[in-house]
Amino acid sequence: MSSNVSRRIVLRGTAAAAAGVALLATGARAADHTGHTMDHTGHEGHGTGLAAFDEVYKGRRIVGKPVTSGEHAAHGGFAVTIDGKELHVMRNADGTWISVINHYQVFPEPLSLTRAAVDKLRGASLVPIQM
Amino acid sequence: MAVRKNQANLTATEKRTFVNALLELKRTGVYDGFVRTHDQFIMSDRDDSDRVGHRSPSFLPWHRRFLIQFEQELQKVDPSITLPYWDWTVDRSVNSSIFGADFMGGNGRSRDAQVTTGPFAYSTGKWNINVQAENSPFLQREMGAAGTLPTRAQVDAVLAMPVYDTAPWNSASEGSFRNYLEGWRGAGRVHNNVHVWMGGHMATGVSPNDPVFWLHHAHIDKLWSDWQRMHPSSAYLPAAGTANVVDLNDTMRPWNNVTPAQMLDHSAYYTYA
Ligand SMILES: [Cu+2]
Ligand SMILES: [Cu+2]
Repeated sequence: MSSNVSRRIVLRGTAAAAAGVALLATGARAADHTGHTMDHTGHEGHGTGLAAFDEVYKGRRIVGKPVTSGEHAAHGGFAVTIDGKELHVMRNADGTWISVINHYQVFPEPLSLTRAAVDKLRGASLVPIQM
Repeated sequence: MAVRKNQANLTATEKRTFVNALLELKRTGVYDGFVRTHDQFIMSDRDDSDRVGHRSPSFLPWHRRFLIQFEQELQKVDPSITLPYWDWTVDRSVNSSIFGADFMGGNGRSRDAQVTTGPFAYSTGKWNINVQAENSPFLQREMGAAGTLPTRAQVDAVLAMPVYDTAPWNSASEGSFRNYLEGWRGAGRVHNNVHVWMGGHMATGVSPNDPVFWLHHAHIDKLWSDWQRMHPSSAYLPAAGTANVVDLNDTMRPWNNVTPAQMLDHSAYYTYA
């Protein structure tokens, strides 16, 4: 199991680099592994997707990490920022993800969801929605 | 009796009257109140806890009530107005008349997705985006960049489903007319895919910033009405006693005085042409 996990993480990193879309920040792999360990304890039935990440994508710093308490836990146990500003994300019952920027299109895990938000922002900054 | 018409059949005068009322609600701030309300629900409706506006059985009666309230605000500006609906199984091109400069305006430009034509272009000074998730002040669209508009065959397949909704009453519900129409399941991903196809604001939690929102949801509302006629013995579900979900006779937030049961028949408010 854990060797599968390692291989998958390596493959994903390789694919991203090969596509030329991401500059993996130093230590991203270690962060991935930490996140995945928490995935096993906090969620059943989906082995992929809750890996932490910290990378520069299209010039934006994107950070995602599992959280186990507070408001984020209720949103699927994961918190995401783009250049330090919170991206509101939500986990669907089937394990897929949406964000406030892509609210009607599902993504398999938070990293692809966050990259899609960066694509759509075109350099704009996230702002908290006033309730 | 008020009649909601297909937008493709509106006269030039009807289009102008509708657009002017939208601009007036925007000017007075009433419009942005609707955007804010919708976003509050879309952020708080969750599969594993309380859900009212989306991903739940009350998706259809909630939006019916929401559209009636919006339509009543438009009618305060001009009593002749009803919400038109957009049948995207027919008018499915960026060049369709709905996106003409005399009505909803066109696609966003490639550089920043900014809508630059029609009454809602930023340059008019009359359509600033105020309730927003990011800091661009102009209406955005990226039509056709992602998603596909549902086909008539895909819609018909959903209309053929006889059961209104099924446990677990959320985005994972199978065999559920509501969930397949909402588009968390099914080949067409019907309602959701139209938001995705429009792109820009329509794809976000603050989707009512784009006036196309109302025409899209009026069509979803009509499809619910069509489904009721096709399945007269199929009832709203669940009937009672369901945690986190609005049962038939429970009241819906934010109004707290209207139930799904009271929204099943729209004919007291409007009919469809
Ligand atoms: Cu909605
Ligand atoms: Cu919608």
